[in-house]
Amino acid sequence: MQLPRRRMPARHQVYLLFAVPGVTLFLAFWLLPMLRLLEVGASGPTGIAAYFAVMTNHHYLMSLLSTMLLSAVVTLATLMISSFVALFLQRNRFAGKSVLLAMLTFPLAFPGVVVGFMVIMLAGRQGLIGLVTNWLLGDSWVFAYSLGGLFLGYLYFSIPRVILTVMAAAEKLDPALEEAARSLGANPLQVFANVVLPALSPALISSGAICFATSVGAFGTAFTLATNIDVLPMAIYNEFTSYANFAMAAALSIVLGAMTWLVLALARSWSGNTVGAAA
Amino acid sequence: MHKSFRFYLQLGFTLLVCAFLIVPIVLSMLAGITDNFFIGLSSGFTGRWIAQVWDTYQVTIWRSIAIALACLVVTTIAGVPLAYMLARHNGGNSRLARAIEELLMMPVAVPGLATALALIMAYGQYREFRGSLLFILVGHVLFTLPFMVRPVLAVMQSSQLSVLEEAAASLGAGLMQRFFGIVIPNVFSGILAGALMVVTLSIGEFNITWMLHTPLTMTLPVGLADSYASMRLEVGSAYTLIFFVMIIPLLIAMQWVTHTTRSRVRL
Repeated sequence: MQLPRRRMPARHQVYLLFAVPGVTLFLAFWLLPMLRLLEVGASGPTGIAAYFAVMTNHHYLMSLLSTMLLSAVVTLATLMISSFVALFLQRNRFAGKSVLLAMLTFPLAFPGVVVGFMVIMLAGRQGLIGLVTNWLLGDSWVFAYSLGGLFLGYLYFSIPRVILTVMAAAEKLDPALEEAARSLGANPLQVFANVVLPALSPALISSGAICFATSVGAFGTAFTLATNIDVLPMAIYNEFTSYANFAMAAALSIVLGAMTWLVLALARSWSGNTVGAAA
Repeated sequence: MHKSFRFYLQLGFTLLVCAFLIVPIVLSMLAGITDNFFIGLSSGFTGRWIAQVWDTYQVTIWRSIAIALACLVVTTIAGVPLAYMLARHNGGNSRLARAIEELLMMPVAVPGLATALALIMAYGQYREFRGSLLFILVGHVLFTLPFMVRPVLAVMQSSQLSVLEEAAASLGAGLMQRFFGIVIPNVFSGILAGALMVVTLSIGEFNITWMLHTPLTMTLPVGLADSYASMRLEVGSAYTLIFFVMIIPLLIAMQWVTHTTRSRVRL
């Protein structure tokens, strides 16, 4: 009996060798550079105080607040729209449903620049919305290059992500519970608030957190629509390229990264779900 | 069966959301083959914008394909064995494995801008490396590695595979024999799903690449941003059209593979 017990750990150490190429890549090109970034962030004229600049500097604080506010509003809107669509698709069978679902999830893999361009096609100077409003109201609405355009863009890449997660969660919903609630006299709204919503909430929290984190860090969309919208990723980009203020760019990136990580970690502890695995 | 009014109301909303996602795609594809989009479709169709994009940006397209394939090779070589370790270390119940899995997700969770800046600050002084395609490849590998590891790991964790491995081990197969003879052929569906995801994400990666690229290492999405900024709307649209033609078959294949993989893993 002694022998196998001593051999067990030794046998399992062998599996560690399989992880060597992947872990080496990760350590050399992500963890080490991140530590360097942390160091550069504290190397500016203000030293370690650079990390608090988002709180003390009015300009950074405003871009942080607008990033957070915009991402929060986008997350709420996405959750409402996507749950509605996901529940509908999960519960009904009709011709063309799979095509509809495929179309709803297509934009999942579009890069931010393409999403930005899609917003220009909708709400840009020659966009569809401008055309339609001009025809209807005699006044063309062009809002692609403002906060409204950014909102539309973030919505565009968030909806497909959330729909899939909510559909997967809705699949596991027990119809008998709703049946029971209805037979006890609950109206549809009460059934939704007391039965469906609590059952979906882990999925909503985790996909909402991912949606929020992606919006906070989205650079490509903001870059394409660009110009005068001041969100944190754009502020970092400008620090780095326009002012060559490497220390501040590094400090702000660390703050942005830490914030995103924190949101995902919090969501995971709330939902008891593997948020990381769904990102 | 008679559908209720509520059904049509919900269907209408769903179609509206779908239109929000699809109409801009159709519009941009049309704009790419319209002679003058400002006048409209009445100006006639033309292939000259596509020809112009092909002349100006062809090299970025080939470069993106090359990087995506290189990325696929690296993530397969590093990712499949890594997934094996995550599945088997301490009988699949290892704290270390979970920590590694967690860390791997960091480049996806943390904004690409931060990852790119970190790479530049750490390795920017090595001019040769900084100016080469390898620098961009590194960024893409970091970003896509978890997307190879996760589907492969999911297939490995299916009970079927561990039973097969046990059988092979009882017949005297060594670790390497099991890995190449049993594991790799059996997780092929997972590798395929991961491969499609890695290639799709690599072709579309912008957030990291934009910071890492030099004029000589421009990729497709970087070229897209460049054309949106400096060319006519029609040129940008034609370029987007080419991007869609490349990416949509990958997306369709991905939906098909995840469907078949899911039914296999359940088995």
